[in-house]
Amino acid sequence: MTYIGNKSDLRVVGTRPDRPDGVDKVTGRAIYGADFRLAGQLVGRILRSPHAHAKIIKIDTSKARALPGVKAVMTAQDMPNITSEESFVGEGPTNFRDQSLNVMARDKVLYEGHAVAAVAAMSPSIAEAALALIEVTYEVLPHVIDVEEAMAPGAPILDETLFTAGVDPKPTTPSNIAKKIILKSGDIDAGFAKADIIAEGRYVTAAVHQAYIEPHACVATIGADGQATVYASSQGHFMIRAFCAKLLGMEISNIRVIPLEIGGGFGGKTIVYLEPVALTLSKMAGKPVKLVMTREEVFRASGPTSGAVVEVKMGAMKDGTIVAAQAVLKYQAGAFPGSPVQPGLMCAFAMYDIPNVHLTGYDVISNRAKVAAYRAPGAPISSYAAEQVVDDLARQLGMDAITIREKNAAKAGTKTVYGVTFPEIGYEAVLAAAKSHAHWKAPLGKNQGRGIATGFWFNIGGESSASVFVNEDGSVSVVSGSPDIGGSRASMAMMAAEVLGIPVANVRPIIGDTASIGFTNVTGGSRVTYATGMATVQATEKVIEQLKQRAAMIWDISPDAVDWKDGQAVPAGANAGGFDPLSLAAIAAKAGKTGGPIGSEVSVNAQGAGPGFGAHICDVEVDRETGQTTILRYTAIQDVGRAIHPSYVEGQIQGGAVQGIGWALNEEYIYDAKGKMDNAGFLDYRVPVASDLPMIEAVLVEVPNTRHPFGVRGVGEVPIVPPMAAIGNAVRDAIGIRMHSLPMSPPKVRKALDSGQG
Amino acid sequence: MSGLSYTAPSTISEAVALLANEAGLAKVMSGGTDLLVQMKIGRLKPSLIVDTKKIPGMIGIREIGGCFVIGAATSGALMGEHAGLVAAWPGVVEATNLIGSTQVQGRASLAGNLCNASPGADSPPAMIAAGAIAVIAGPNGTREVPVEAIVTAPGRTSLGKGEFITEFRLPKKAARSGDAYLRFIPRTEMDIAVVGCGIAVTLDAAGVCVAAKVSLGAVAPTQLVVAGAAAALIGNKLTDAVLAKLDAECQAVCKPINDKRGTIEYRTKVAGVLARRVAAIAFQRAGA
Repeated sequence: MTYIGNKSDLRVVGTRPDRPDGVDKVTGRAIYGADFRLAGQLVGRILRSPHAHAKIIKIDTSKARALPGVKAVMTAQDMPNITSEESFVGEGPTNFRDQSLNVMARDKVLYEGHAVAAVAAMSPSIAEAALALIEVTYEVLPHVIDVEEAMAPGAPILDETLFTAGVDPKPTTPSNIAKKIILKSGDIDAGFAKADIIAEGRYVTAAVHQAYIEPHACVATIGADGQATVYASSQGHFMIRAFCAKLLGMEISNIRVIPLEIGGGFGGKTIVYLEPVALTLSKMAGKPVKLVMTREEVFRASGPTSGAVVEVKMGAMKDGTIVAAQAVLKYQAGAFPGSPVQPGLMCAFAMYDIPNVHLTGYDVISNRAKVAAYRAPGAPISSYAAEQVVDDLARQLGMDAITIREKNAAKAGTKTVYGVTFPEIGYEAVLAAAKSHAHWKAPLGKNQGRGIATGFWFNIGGESSASVFVNEDGSVSVVSGSPDIGGSRASMAMMAAEVLGIPVANVRPIIGDTASIGFTNVTGGSRVTYATGMATVQATEKVIEQLKQRAAMIWDISPDAVDWKDGQAVPAGANAGGFDPLSLAAIAAKAGKTGGPIGSEVSVNAQGAGPGFGAHICDVEVDRETGQTTILRYTAIQDVGRAIHPSYVEGQIQGGAVQGIGWALNEEYIYDAKGKMDNAGFLDYRVPVASDLPMIEAVLVEVPNTRHPFGVRGVGEVPIVPPMAAIGNAVRDAIGIRMHSLPMSPPKVRKALDSGQG
Repeated sequence: MSGLSYTAPSTISEAVALLANEAGLAKVMSGGTDLLVQMKIGRLKPSLIVDTKKIPGMIGIREIGGCFVIGAATSGALMGEHAGLVAAWPGVVEATNLIGSTQVQGRASLAGNLCNASPGADSPPAMIAAGAIAVIAGPNGTREVPVEAIVTAPGRTSLGKGEFITEFRLPKKAARSGDAYLRFIPRTEMDIAVVGCGIAVTLDAAGVCVAAKVSLGAVAPTQLVVAGAAAALIGNKLTDAVLAKLDAECQAVCKPINDKRGTIEYRTKVAGVLARRVAAIAFQRAGA
């Protein structure tokens, strides 16, 4: 059933009730990963490689084992040596063997911080002392950090068994280039031949971390019968279960994963680091084991997103029609294959209807921590380059930067380079909202500049489960399998309340563990409000059918003669009889006599997610003496389909913009000459602080996605796509120089101002 | 596992004896905002921590005949709330109030910021420019030295075994004088100076500078006193030519390093930029 209809008919959806998780979070009662403890738990610690690239010759754990208070010491030898196998467990394809080797190095360490051994002990100090007693003999190998250096002939090879895929004929020598991908449409040469003007640029981005506030943490316990329970905060407890089962050779039914409150993920908690280690240690020690990463470990050993080199060339006719677009993307994957270069390719020009497109992508490994998903994985990097080249086209043509985008805008029926034809989309509506916004025409002062950039993310559906129960007093419980990282509990409760016609305060949403709700994919890809929301709505509708049947039994009439209206069962018409309405509470009170408890669970594999588009307008002021860029004003406009809880949606947009501002101005992984990360902490890995930022104005455009009962599109990913280009375009406007690398940090901008080259 | 003892004596002499007699590494703690972090990351492994906050006079600000006596363990928050100190030495207070976060401000002390001996510390350049004196207690009694004589190298001070700073003294503010401090960081707070600059000036009735002291932070292993920069100001009003000379003198003394927080080239240029901006504020405060 659809509830899109007239927005003013909705009573709950579109309002801003207090969030169901709010009180616990602001009072400190919420139990995050590191807060959880079990009686008798041991303290786990992980020994990590001090080298960027080395062979492990020998690991001697005998002294650590002999230390009083040490209950278990493990290395990769204590885990199954599994074979290569593609996995689709997290957000995007990975390989189970790579996951295993990333969790614990076996023959080689591939980056500084790579886990090589772990201990479980009675206290933190004993565990630390035990780590110091583990003797690892390394043969240090030459390392490579930079993506283009890793691609170059003669580069240190990380994996002698890796041959570049996607190249014909199949290469005979190993390479750090895991894969070459080409996507194309039309005839690129003919396109450029037709162009009156060309703009191009080579852009470099730095690896950046999701920088969630909560470090990875878990407690694992496994009994003598092999029954295991894992308590962890993540973006998918079913994901943890699947990885642990595969990496440890266990049956899925023997692992129960209980989700804890999550303190941010942004994609970075869609894979495992600690859980298989904690389970292995627990099995060895016969006690629960807790592992908590330090912030330094989070930076060194958990996935950032790729740094990259992106070369873009675009051609347009005098009237602004873009006739050709070409890009080469070289993405760092970290130590194992699997950068988000594919979505980077797909998203680069997705905002535009361009007849001739040619995209080449390289997935490149180097001695860095393996990348993990980060909000719209891959898209911000390619868009950062493409949207600045579009800005250059507009400048060459003397055309307004929104007008050129309107002229080439993708719309319903536009076929993308990756083969999909867009359904109804809101890109043109977003551009129109940007053009009419007061920000676009506001005056600018000296050393100030304005930029706009747009962005695209697919949004996805996938497998989700939700159940809805009517409790004995008529209150309602909604259980879903989706960890709540962006307000999903609030939106599930609101959608259920809307369908039921009851106040949202009467609906309590929770997240079910892996043994109490059906399988659910990770919270990622902006899929939860769409897919889990669909399951929730369908489960609620099934509950309403049951409620109507119960009312029919009470009234002794046919269920067809009962309507559900405003949270009550009512006779369908005059012929049905003159009964007083039956409330949810009244029906619930009699549930025992009318067939037992009322409830329903629905599992879906949701298709037809609605593509999302956004446009960000940014004003900056550049201090020409220090090179410092200040964000003066920021407006983020996005087609959200329909905002279930607008405050959460605005929060997603603001958060994405702020992470993008950090990516643009200050965030970067810095390595020393030995390939060690030099800024593994929040002091020198500079995320924006509150005082760095103006209020981010979020403008919600609502072009409903007709395949969702309420018109939902995903909202969490799109807002991190435009910021880097928007700020790059604004800086270009302010100083007259195009900056070509991120971050646009003060020393770099000052150098550009001194040299005249960015 | 090595042991760690903590003690909070109530007299200076007791603290001196504890520090002097400890066989292992003894560390003085006031706010602990640097010490505890360094212990956590394993850089420091003291066997004894002597907390000075229980010693009378270690926390608090007294005005004596126009001079200010600031207890060594006094936090930035207390300094910022002292109207008399803010009026007399705004540069010193604003430098101290740039350290860390609001929470850190409630703990971090003036002596700790100095004795941590970081080249990038915020309060020392302002204290040096203001002519602050450190009063040191030790096994051989009390001695007084200018603040610039404390730090000898990154992480090292001139304090001997058993010695610690008990208070700082700021001179009586001269008529028509003013001080200021600015630092450059890539963000707006919660950061460590890429360059810091403190300047104090005194003007005559005509607005001509008659006394000046310029100190730079984060551009050398220790805070620098830039005599050439002071000389550029003395005898002059703040004209474009004087500002250019000040900028050049400051750049000339910089000996920074290339690191993750800034390049040699960048730090050197920004030292000049900041000096000009700080001088303008100090002159304005002095009534120019």
